Amino acid sequence: MELEKYKLGGTHLKSSDFEKGKVLTTAWQPNLAYTWDNGVAIGRYLDELKNGRIIARVCHECHRIMLPPRMFCELCFRPTDEWMYVQDTGVVSTFSVARVNWDASRRGPKEPPLLPAVIEIDGATKGMGILHMLGEVDPDDIKAGMKVRAVWKKSEDRTGAITDILYFKPLRAAASKKAPARRKR
Amino acid sequence: MIKRVAIVGIGTTGFRPITPDVSYRELIFEAARKAYTDAGIEPSEIGGFITAAEDFLEGYSICDEYCPDQIGAVLKPTQTIPGDFIQALATGYMMIMTGAFKTVAIEAHSKASNVKNIDELMGFAFDPVYNRPLRETPHAIAGLEMTRYMFETCTSAEQCARVVVKNKGNAMRNPYAAFGADIAEKDVLNSDPISLPLHRLDIAPHADGAVVAVLADGETALALSETPIWIEGLGWCTDTPTLEMRDWGEAAYARLAAEMAYKMAGIANPAGMIDFAEINDEYSFKELQHMEALKLCRPGEAGHLLESGATSYAGDIPINVSGGALGVGHLFEASGAHKILELVEQLRGEAGARQIPDVNIGLAQVWRGVPTATGAVAILSNM
Repeated sequence: MELEKYKLGGTHLKSSDFEKGKVLTTAWQPNLAYTWDNGVAIGRYLDELKNGRIIARVCHECHRIMLPPRMFCELCFRPTDEWMYVQDTGVVSTFSVARVNWDASRRGPKEPPLLPAVIEIDGATKGMGILHMLGEVDPDDIKAGMKVRAVWKKSEDRTGAITDILYFKPLRAAASKKAPARRKR
Repeated sequence: MIKRVAIVGIGTTGFRPITPDVSYRELIFEAARKAYTDAGIEPSEIGGFITAAEDFLEGYSICDEYCPDQIGAVLKPTQTIPGDFIQALATGYMMIMTGAFKTVAIEAHSKASNVKNIDELMGFAFDPVYNRPLRETPHAIAGLEMTRYMFETCTSAEQCARVVVKNKGNAMRNPYAAFGADIAEKDVLNSDPISLPLHRLDIAPHADGAVVAVLADGETALALSETPIWIEGLGWCTDTPTLEMRDWGEAAYARLAAEMAYKMAGIANPAGMIDFAEINDEYSFKELQHMEALKLCRPGEAGHLLESGATSYAGDIPINVSGGALGVGHLFEASGAHKILELVEQLRGEAGARQIPDVNIGLAQVWRGVPTATGAVAILSNM
């Protein structure tokens, strides 16, 4: 055979050869650290999450109410004009049912799936909102277009982070399972 | 007619040791908005966008995905060059020369203050097998170069210290500069020893800031700008990364990049043709070594030229009148952006207190810092 001369000779390497150090490799654990300046827009956004509120920025040129907030409009390419509080309710735009963790390790058989969702927040321009998690919901019951509300950490536990919201839960499910007096909160 | 490319707009935030008041997005937006207003163009009218950036400096994987919003490039042709601004400038130049783009915007920034362990990051650039396990400081590479350069050219530590004095002094006239100071040679020589012969003050401190420039083809440039600044020459190259095989005395990457740029610009006698230059002085001796590599003088002459005052603000060939990296701050991949900014302001006659009279041709040269051996050169003119 013409290709015969390209065939490698010798013995195939096994993974155990690497594990036992018979084949040398080089390993290095980088130790890099960053502290990003949040700046004006994200700084205020996180401050307000700590207060239990969601804040957006408004562009007077295109009239978009932008969430997450930003100090400049990327389309009109001008500074945005004012702050505006929006609701902590919204509509599920899209969602997924994740049976693996962030590092791709599989969730255990007893662990519920993670439920990432993009939520269009009430008061912000349609198509804008928060990428977060859903909770207190059966994965089979989730639908695009479903109304949801933020479930916040207790105020003393909030740190000024996106995780100050624990997750979003269905509005309707809350209505069916909980007393009206409680819902008013 | 030979097609030409010009810089028709430029904007910057200036440079500061820290910028805790703004995010990198807000920092870049300021520079971009100023550049587009300067060029009299909206980003929606610009054909393509280039960012010069490096993932590890940003702390993001695929950091190029985070570029569009703050430069007005959402859903427009955009790309990132993992190199210096001048390398991005070369790419922008070529994009326009293809005829497919009339205008291209180029961005570079530094948020070096957000990297909490820069020496670790620089060390991570070393070869993991041959060099990294030795755990030498990245500055040791510059110390090794400095020793060999001084030995080959009979340059003294005092002459290197004088570069720092000159450039920090120049920076006092530059409102963009973060590290202007009135110091003496003995202050440099008495500063903390880092990796001898390098002392603390021989090393450019890091700064934050952003620059955006707008390029246009000749016809568009003349329509947009009364003072287009023409790109006459570009060159870049990279030496072997193998530290054990490098030429430690001469900056070959700078010599070859300059030869490429001079050839393109039709410059046979650089020392006679170049009116002023912004060249890499990330370490004090680098300014002298690079002057020689750029053929602005012969090997061994740079230190004497410096002492004669020829490279000072009022000299025959001012070098780093902006203050250089020693005076303005080391900006990583935005280093070339600051140098191009200085060339454009000088060639337009808009450099204020540091304006050099009657300048027509300027040269900008960058080096990507230890442990790299990459250099790039740009030659600009106002004629």
